[in-house]
Amino acid sequence: MSIVSRRGGAGRAAAGTIPTPRRISAGTGAGRYRVRHRRPVRRRLVFLSFMAPAYVGLGLFMVYPLVSAIYFSFTRFDLINPPEWVGLANWEFLLEDPNVRQAAGNTLWLVVVMVPARVMGALLTALLLNRVRQGRSVYRTLFYLPALVPPVAGTLTFAFLLKPGTGPVNSLLHAIGIEGPLWFNSPEWAKPSLVLLALWSVGDLMIIFVAALLYVPTEHYEAASLDGANSWQKFRFVTLPTISPVVLFAAVTGVIATLQYFTQAAVAANVASGTATTGGGISSTFGFPEGSTFTYPLWLYVTGFRFQALGYANVLAVVLFVVGITATAILLRRFRAYTGRA
Amino acid sequence: MNRCMRGVALAGGALAVVLVGSACTPGRAPEPLAVPTAAPEGEVEFWHFFTDREANAIEAVIADFEARFPKVDVVVKSGQDDTKLLQAIGAGTGPDVGLSYSTDVVGKFCASGAWKDLKPYLERDKVDLSQFPDTVRSYTEFRGKRCAMPFLADTYGFYFNKQHLAEAGYTAPPKTLAELTDMAKKLTKRKVDGTIERAGFLPLWGFYEFSPSHWPPVTGARWLNADGTSAIGGDPAWREILNWQKELVDWYGYDKLEKFRASLGDEWSADNAFHRGKVSMMVDGEYRIAFLRDQAKDVEFGTAPLPAHNADRYGAGYVTGNIIGISKNAKNSEAAWALIRYLTTDTASVVKLANGIKNVPTTQAALSSADLQVDAEFKTFLDIFRHPMTVTTPPSVVGPAYEETHSAFLVKWQSGTAKDLDAGLNEVDRQINQLIKLAG
Repeated sequence: MSIVSRRGGAGRAAAGTIPTPRRISAGTGAGRYRVRHRRPVRRRLVFLSFMAPAYVGLGLFMVYPLVSAIYFSFTRFDLINPPEWVGLANWEFLLEDPNVRQAAGNTLWLVVVMVPARVMGALLTALLLNRVRQGRSVYRTLFYLPALVPPVAGTLTFAFLLKPGTGPVNSLLHAIGIEGPLWFNSPEWAKPSLVLLALWSVGDLMIIFVAALLYVPTEHYEAASLDGANSWQKFRFVTLPTISPVVLFAAVTGVIATLQYFTQAAVAANVASGTATTGGGISSTFGFPEGSTFTYPLWLYVTGFRFQALGYANVLAVVLFVVGITATAILLRRFRAYTGRA
Repeated sequence: MNRCMRGVALAGGALAVVLVGSACTPGRAPEPLAVPTAAPEGEVEFWHFFTDREANAIEAVIADFEARFPKVDVVVKSGQDDTKLLQAIGAGTGPDVGLSYSTDVVGKFCASGAWKDLKPYLERDKVDLSQFPDTVRSYTEFRGKRCAMPFLADTYGFYFNKQHLAEAGYTAPPKTLAELTDMAKKLTKRKVDGTIERAGFLPLWGFYEFSPSHWPPVTGARWLNADGTSAIGGDPAWREILNWQKELVDWYGYDKLEKFRASLGDEWSADNAFHRGKVSMMVDGEYRIAFLRDQAKDVEFGTAPLPAHNADRYGAGYVTGNIIGISKNAKNSEAAWALIRYLTTDTASVVKLANGIKNVPTTQAALSSADLQVDAEFKTFLDIFRHPMTVTTPPSVVGPAYEETHSAFLVKWQSGTAKDLDAGLNEVDRQINQLIKLAG
């Protein structure tokens, strides 16, 4: 066996830290073959028996549904009868479906705007909270509380706060001579309103950043101060590199969650539309106004459970999975390129 | 075998399991019918979507049924929805009897076999289907297969504020679209800056019950062709409705209307714009009468049929309703059928349900029953319900996809985002037909 993966060692050495071995490989080729065969069969069985619950869980709840979704995407499927093979028909429709283009466009907008806004909002709040000397824990609790509010309740509250005409936000704006926007009732303002809602409930990320910031060694700040670094330079060259794994975590989980963005968009559209939903169900108001809040998972739900085109819904699900995996891989690669870390 | 090959083999194995599992879904042999004289017995599970006051009305009628059939025990589960119902049937755990709030599911439930074909029961028990109006019969069957029975109906008509009309010098509601336009303009009040203070009529698609589904009766516009494909793009009657609506929207100014709509209360709250006198005329169902009498006692309102494009169509309206059926995997089909028959054809039961839930009854006998609580406002809806040109949205294999695809385009059309009506409607046709093809 050999010790490998010295990537990043030079960088850390330059920063004054001691490079440590981070990954031990079993080697390659014949060496690995010999090692494996020297391991007793019994030991491997013990290993497998310990891992079995995890393997079974992964198989049942991840591999099986995923493979099923791929299979069902080639079928006409209605939950009642056995699926009927239709070849590439569902996949061909994907290319000419105007709803999927609109839904993907809205979701992409949210990924590009909402994820960075949430990460930056959470980081900024955490930085400010770390500067507070008195009542820090009270402020932390206050800022974290919105994250505990269920998404439906939070969205309902925001929809009523931002209701044009009768909502308190526009009433306050009107009192100071500003004509407030239509918020969730405006195609231009609906998505930004959702971003505001996301920023309000940024407490979950904020608390992680608060913890990460506490682990930045104070010696580094002292050294930077001695070198004459200003606040921005300390943040850029000390804080940010140290907490970058947490930033990566926030970005990856944020992108995945936003690709699956459903509840808030559905509830906000329904409340803002003020429309009857009995008989049609809530999905008849999805996207209000003018499709501006119509996200990809909403279209997936509508095709599957409202239009009963479950074969096509599985196409959308598989595409969403692939996009999620690809986005995660790209983020990880960019992170490695930026930091030199694995 | 390297790691990659093992992954491929694992995925292949899993796929094989899925294929085998999917292909081996067992079928069930048809259950033999009981002799006509046999009394139903045993437990029957009944799922419905009602809650609160309406659920209590159901419970009362179920108690009557159990008194009539003492060997049957009905287990009622309220607050259920169609998606849950379909998933439960697919998983083999569905109820014996399901009640859906939407005729949209008839196409899917009948075509897929999620609900049983009721023909054998209807023929055995000699149930006369002519007791239901034609429109009601049409929304409870699909491609000649009757898998559902009608369970009360909602009928849509026109509400007007008598005081507002009187102030403007009107003594009767509009009967034509042209009259509606004139009255809407005269009843509208604006501030100096043009902002709408009160709308005579709010013609935005998506506002409360101002839905495209409710307007075909006024011109005879069709949704689907005989072969189930979309008829929207090729039917000039749709253009008459859409052009009339767009002209009225443009008179108000789309932005001003949107701003006004955004300031209004929710449809199902006491702040409903009609309750608050913010709109003078609107489209709504017969159930609004009960809401108005409960939440806006000081509003003097009248009811009428929708204004029509041609005089001969005046009096017709839109009807939809609740539907009830027996699950494919019902455990006690005979008792399930007995319950459905009682709830949908027994006059006393139908009248009691209509009075309790404040919906329109669906049998001719119940409609003319002396026990049915009818006043002048409610009678309007009974007359609309009986009108020969009253229509519903036809069942389709894709449920409401044709309505929602159409509505999505209309929202862009009314705002001016979409400029070409013909091209837009043709694109609507194309999308609907693709979805129908996908769903089979």
